Amino acid sequence: MEALSIYVPKLVTPKEYIASGHRACSGCGEVLAVRYVCKALSRNTIISNATGCMEIISSQLPQTAWEVPWIHTLFENAAAVASGIESGLKARKRKYGYDKEIKVVAMGGDGGTADIGLQALSGAMERGHDFIYVCYDNEAYMNTGIQRSSETPFGASTTTAPSGKVSIGQHTWKKNMAAIAAAHDIPYVATSCSSYPFDIMYKIEKAMKIKGPSYIHILAVCPTGWRCPSNATIRVGRLAVESGVFPIYEIENGKYTLNLDYPKLRPVADYLKSQGRFRHLTEENVAVIQEKVLEEYNRIKTLSHMRKKSK
Amino acid sequence: MASKRIGIESSLGIAEAVKLANVDVIAAYPITPQTHIVEGLAEMVANGDLDAEYIPVESEHSAMSACLGASAVGARTFTSTASQGLILMHEVLMVAASLRLPIVMVVANRALSGPLNIWGDHSDAMIIRDTGWIQIFVENGQQAFDQVLCAFRIAENRDVMLPTIVHIDGFHATHVIEPIYILDKKTVSEFLPPYVHPNPLDPDNPVTMGCFAAPNLYTETRKALDQAVRNSRNIIDETWQSFGTLTGRHYLPIEEYKTDDCDTLLVTMGSFSENAMIAVDRMQKAGKMVGLVRLRLWRPFPTEDVLRAISGAKNVIVLDRHVSLGGPGPVCSEIKAALYPLEKRPQVVGIIGGLGGRDISPENFVSLVELGLEKIKTGQTGEMIMFGVRE
Repeated sequence: MEALSIYVPKLVTPKEYIASGHRACSGCGEVLAVRYVCKALSRNTIISNATGCMEIISSQLPQTAWEVPWIHTLFENAAAVASGIESGLKARKRKYGYDKEIKVVAMGGDGGTADIGLQALSGAMERGHDFIYVCYDNEAYMNTGIQRSSETPFGASTTTAPSGKVSIGQHTWKKNMAAIAAAHDIPYVATSCSSYPFDIMYKIEKAMKIKGPSYIHILAVCPTGWRCPSNATIRVGRLAVESGVFPIYEIENGKYTLNLDYPKLRPVADYLKSQGRFRHLTEENVAVIQEKVLEEYNRIKTLSHMRKKSK
Repeated sequence: MASKRIGIESSLGIAEAVKLANVDVIAAYPITPQTHIVEGLAEMVANGDLDAEYIPVESEHSAMSACLGASAVGARTFTSTASQGLILMHEVLMVAASLRLPIVMVVANRALSGPLNIWGDHSDAMIIRDTGWIQIFVENGQQAFDQVLCAFRIAENRDVMLPTIVHIDGFHATHVIEPIYILDKKTVSEFLPPYVHPNPLDPDNPVTMGCFAAPNLYTETRKALDQAVRNSRNIIDETWQSFGTLTGRHYLPIEEYKTDDCDTLLVTMGSFSENAMIAVDRMQKAGKMVGLVRLRLWRPFPTEDVLRAISGAKNVIVLDRHVSLGGPGPVCSEIKAALYPLEKRPQVVGIIGGLGGRDISPENFVSLVELGLEKIKTGQTGEMIMFGVRE
């Protein structure tokens, strides 16, 4: 992961494409992630945004935080709108000599991506449109008040899957969107996290050079929904990665690379204890999660090693 | 003006019109009875006869969503659907209008589930009435060909910028092979100027489209959109006038057929009007003074024209090809509402019929008129009357 070794913030453009003054909660990992995404994209882009926190915090009439062309239409169709934008530009280039090089980007949260927008995303990836899809995943419907999604992790308490006397809260495991995207045989899939700005920018820059669909899944810490202090955003995101709960990897043409490998992972309890949404978990619950996390981490590590060996 | 007259299925005639309009993007999903239209277009694209991007989307929701994106970057955009497809698009239709994107769509009117039924009526058209789209009804393939070209010109006019639907009845009109005058390319390009979006999504002039509006501004945005839909009427009239001058084929929001000296008027919309005309001929020949009023423009609703056409009559019988379950037929209730402010009003009776592909033949229309007059005579105009129910 060469890019991560470049701790030279001065190399990053000071230009902001999502202006300050937006209405995000303090400590919002999502708007932080989107800020890095936009810095890497720079100006020659058109963004199609799904309904959710990002649209609400950035576009209340008569104001906008966007300094790039941006369109929000509905919850489940960001990828479909992006396919229209890409096709429209293609036709204009071919027929009328429109000559701008523009990367089309669709963005949505975990609900807009893994639940209600999964069909439109699958269609757009399968059709091979030249676009980047960015999922900023804060692991629940935060905009409507912390309801569970298929990306909510096992054991988390949300308002529609609360922990209670007879329930652990979320009783299903987090949906693996990176694997679903990779199953479409698209050229580039990657995961990242709002606590790793250089990793996000590196992956967006890489995706920009790729012809065809790319899918980037970013874990975005949400202090409001995860019930952690707003000044803990970066630390909590790092704990997710360092404990193996959210591995950072790429899948290039089907080949896995684990970008950040920790030979000795931190215990998941460190991560779980940092957030109120896991407060109710028992030691037994934590042990179950620990086992599952190691299993998944090792699976990706093995896939990644297999690739190195086959080189 | 040059054109050639060929025998062609109405659906393929529509595809010819779309090709002549030189569209840039087509996004569509198959659904009966619309599919022949987009199959025709896909073939033209595959053979290089039409230079356009054809997006074979995975649903109608995505079809209309892709149309939003394409239209927002300044591409001329077309789609076609029917029935379940149209109602799956429903929420996207609202956005297309509010973003003022001049997408043109042909709807092959078809019944809605359940039970599943693939044949024609106006259920789909009526359910999307309040979306802010201009809705034009045609009766046959020639009218569909003509109105598709007019629709692009109306929709893309800088003073309109609204999406527009051309409604043609599924099967009864879409699948008929009929002689259609196909205009030549030069005539069409003179009639239809290129589409230029005033503020497309473009990095050199970044715009934000699709903001959310709090209670302090939502009402104002809806007022502005309503005004735009109402104001489109001027451009619709102007476009139909120029088209009439160019081709000799004249269109009006309300078209009358043999209404002079008629006490009784029948009101219809869409392809069944042709059967109704035959019925009117027969009734008048038999000395019954029944005329026909055909509604072509459904949105914006042509209130003044309706009043001009029917306020002098004694009896008005309105056919609705949609049942608003538990309420009055939608066309009939609009007509009644238009008449209400008048001091002297005709008696109006609404009849529901022609649902799910059930035909109303000229003979049936004669009986339908008799039934309507009977109800007026006995003062039962407030009743829910469904025509031709098998009991």
